[in-house]
Amino acid sequence: MSEHVFTSVTDVDLTPEELAELKLVNESPDEFEAKDTYEVTGFWTDVFARLRKNRGAIVGFALIAIITLLAVFVPLFSSVTYKDANIDHAYLPPKVPVLEKLGILDGIDENGVDLYAEAGLPDGTYYLFGTDSMGRDMFVRLWNGTRISLLMALLAVLTDLIIGMSYGLVSGYFGGKVDFLMQRFVEVLNGIPSLVIITLFALVLKPGMISIILTLMITGWIPMSRVCRAQVLKQKEFEYVLASRVLGSSNRHIIFSEIVPNVLGQVVIMSMFSIPSAIFTESYLAFIGLGVRAPMASLGSLVSTGYKSFLAYPYLVIIPIIVLGTLMVSFNLFADGLRDAFDPTMKEM
Amino acid sequence: MASSEILLEVKNLKQYFRTSRTYTVKAVDDISFNIFRGETYGLVGESGSGKSTTGRAIIRLYDPTGGSIRFRGHEIAGNLTKDEKADLRNNMQMIFQDPMSCLNARKKVIDIVGEGLDAHHAYSSKAERKEKIIRILEKVGLTEEQATRYPHQFSGGQRQRIGIARALVMQPELVIADECISALDVSIQAQVVNLMRDLQEEMGITYLFIAHDLSMVKYISDHIGVMHNGHIVESGTTEDIFSSPLHPYTQSLLSAIPEPNPEAAKYKKHVHYNAKEMGVDYTKGKLWDVSESHKLLATEEEYSKWCRKH
Amino acid sequence: MAEETRERVLSIRDLDISFDTSNGTMNAIRGVRLDLYKGETIAIVGESGSGKSVTAKAIMGIMAKNQHINGGSIMYSYTDDEGRKETLDITKMSEDEVRKTICGKHIAMVFQDPMTSLNPTITIGKQIMEGMVDHYHYSKEEARKKAIELLDDVGIVDPEKRFGQYPHQLSGGMRQRVVIAIALACNPDILICDEPTTALDVTIQAKILNLIKDLQKKKDLSVIYITHDLGVVAQVADYVAVMYAGRIVEKGSVDEIYYDPRHPYTWGLLSSMPDLSTNTPRLFAIPGNPINLLNQVKGDAFAARNPYALQLDFEKQPPMFNVGGKHRVASWLCHPKAPKVEMPHSLRVKIDNMLKEVNAYGKQ
Repeated sequence: MSEHVFTSVTDVDLTPEELAELKLVNESPDEFEAKDTYEVTGFWTDVFARLRKNRGAIVGFALIAIITLLAVFVPLFSSVTYKDANIDHAYLPPKVPVLEKLGILDGIDENGVDLYAEAGLPDGTYYLFGTDSMGRDMFVRLWNGTRISLLMALLAVLTDLIIGMSYGLVSGYFGGKVDFLMQRFVEVLNGIPSLVIITLFALVLKPGMISIILTLMITGWIPMSRVCRAQVLKQKEFEYVLASRVLGSSNRHIIFSEIVPNVLGQVVIMSMFSIPSAIFTESYLAFIGLGVRAPMASLGSLVSTGYKSFLAYPYLVIIPIIVLGTLMVSFNLFADGLRDAFDPTMKEM
Repeated sequence: MASSEILLEVKNLKQYFRTSRTYTVKAVDDISFNIFRGETYGLVGESGSGKSTTGRAIIRLYDPTGGSIRFRGHEIAGNLTKDEKADLRNNMQMIFQDPMSCLNARKKVIDIVGEGLDAHHAYSSKAERKEKIIRILEKVGLTEEQATRYPHQFSGGQRQRIGIARALVMQPELVIADECISALDVSIQAQVVNLMRDLQEEMGITYLFIAHDLSMVKYISDHIGVMHNGHIVESGTTEDIFSSPLHPYTQSLLSAIPEPNPEAAKYKKHVHYNAKEMGVDYTKGKLWDVSESHKLLATEEEYSKWCRKH
Repeated sequence: MAEETRERVLSIRDLDISFDTSNGTMNAIRGVRLDLYKGETIAIVGESGSGKSVTAKAIMGIMAKNQHINGGSIMYSYTDDEGRKETLDITKMSEDEVRKTICGKHIAMVFQDPMTSLNPTITIGKQIMEGMVDHYHYSKEEARKKAIELLDDVGIVDPEKRFGQYPHQLSGGMRQRVVIAIALACNPDILICDEPTTALDVTIQAKILNLIKDLQKKKDLSVIYITHDLGVVAQVADYVAVMYAGRIVEKGSVDEIYYDPRHPYTWGLLSSMPDLSTNTPRLFAIPGNPINLLNQVKGDAFAARNPYALQLDFEKQPPMFNVGGKHRVASWLCHPKAPKVEMPHSLRVKIDNMLKEVNAYGKQ
């Protein structure tokens, strides 16, 4: 009892102004209407605000942007192309302006021999990432190879969005027999290892970009179709879909105008996650010799040729691995950030 | 308000779901009731009683297993042609339970409310579409300025108003309100119920009001049907049900309503009901006319027992 | 009066909790004071977003990651195993500490949805035993015996058979009984019921409320109900606290709140409650919508929805006025110099009817 007395008052001293305000605002309370004070920011504003706050996502995005820009522009503006060989310049180590003055990356080997001078190159010639066994400029070859990895990324997203998403949408929305048949088909397809498929393609079509792309298109969309189907099954139970049916909307309208906008966020995020695996798939196929054919280079094939002389010329392996790793980590970071931005429910009350 | 013209006549409606080869759920088992034009028919029962299934079968989200549904004199339980279906969608609408999930979060209010108009091309110009939508929004107490916002920018009560506007923009004759207030706070429930009554008077709508909460049903309904295990066990006017309930299940439902008077609550007795324990088998009973409006599902023995007691 | 001899088990002082959201800081609890005595039932009433659940969770030491306790204390007093009196401040303890020393053993909680609060892959018997084995190191046999006793206590027929069953084999009402049995497994002093019957049918609701009441008497529990339903409150509570926008706007004994409400928000809540005895054609509804706590609250948070708002309500936050007995009201209307405002006529009639009804019962 004493606690209540302690916390409450029977009278409060008020200033005269405050006393004057002790009067009703509404003369007739029966005809009162409340003003609305409910306001929240928009959905997309929220998403971007959360994305901006996520440092990992920003770093990831920046790295992807830098790598993409380099991959697009370096081969465009470079004086040599990826296949221009110059046997005299073989196995030159990286030489970078400015850094050479610090005694690193100056084109001089551990025995103190200036390899650039030995090859008869004038001062002021720089191979930023060195050259390979045939004297091709690694800088150009690397960014050219990155193009292929990025192409794989784009392709993965497109297959995911076009094939995977539509497959999942149809299978999930119509359900029943359609769903049953489509899912059995996916299971059969999924049962064939992609390595078998690519080998078959390589046999028929010869190894190269075409067979990798076809393999990706045949199997790459399966995880996405599953995610999309699950999402549709979930959304289908929500009352807004029922409401749409009751209003007499067509199936096409319900799928594309009602369900797709609600699953798109999830789908885009999922496809971002499939990018690293697509890049990696290409690289490892290249590594085992089923990838792009020389003189074309991809990050994987660069590693694959470089690792044979790893001890003698480590830069041939280390640089492509760094770029490959950075690219994959960046996509993962960015996808992670996107997911958190779209679905903050796990983090906020 | 309520006229003597029957708008919806449900006769021996059955809705079964086969869950496996050997097992069939009889969600709605042989129910009959009439709804008069301009009135509110309250369908009450606990979860799993089949009340929502009934609503969805009537609006043909399901294909009824058996029985007949006559709406405005037309049979709508069987296969429908495209035109018949469009006609049904124009004249019968639904308000949903969950104010969160019943609106598409990615669409603006104006497009949510306008969806029915879009589906039936019920306007000749963009301006007419907008005008129709704004008019209905204002009727449910929202402003033109709010039409361009997204659902999550509204509170639960406001969202339910949007749901009502979406149903009413088609100017339907019958609106099925499926538990449309049970997810709202008590203070907001009253707002929505009042709004629904106002709109009924203004537009002459007929409601099928599905709820588990008898106290709110009392406020809005003219007739009430009490459902249990897929059967309507008792039906009648609101007066019949509340002042002379005959079926023990109705009595137990009434006694379970929380008494809002704390001192009186101490004296309140709860009536227990369990169909199995009492040996009541709904499939054996038949409908008895207790009075012109009051109907009771019972066997002969039960009928004499329950009516005598009263 | 009896209060002085009663043992206080929980006292919340000036609790202030905020959440960091991407839209800014949300001040969910803004200075809550509340006492709970042994054997007493207190009901915290409010709309969704009023902060009632956050308060309950804070008592259990359940904190969201973005949640901050800015001030205040939650003092919990108990008698330990050796019979000494101990008092702990839950706000000063880490989540792990609270979970180890207080959750279950001293304070237990029953959640709204029995389906999601039970683990579907473990038999109900095991779920009941879990807490006993953790906290009291019972042997398997003892725990099993006690679990079956508990199932019997919460009114489950044939407890031996039910012991080995999974949650999906039980009906909704049964599941909530099991949840209550789990909550009581470690002999707590305080039971917090967060909307325990909202997900259940009315017929089952009455039974569960009665069950909690019986158990409370039997085990001398203190109970906190969190609910938005004043009908439920009338059944169970001794003491009521009405919350709005993170503050308690009115508190008092159940009779004081129901028969002599003073805050316009309480008037609104009581008026909008449907009742079966009167035949009013229209329900009273509180105008407007609950406020958004992301915006800074100036003055009384309810002012914008309050037909009886004073000018001062928009300027200055009202203190808790003592209006006699245990009754406290946070409204400038209770200031001695404020204009005298009567409650709405329809509510007056409603309350008079309720009082008449009580008199009629009294004479029986």
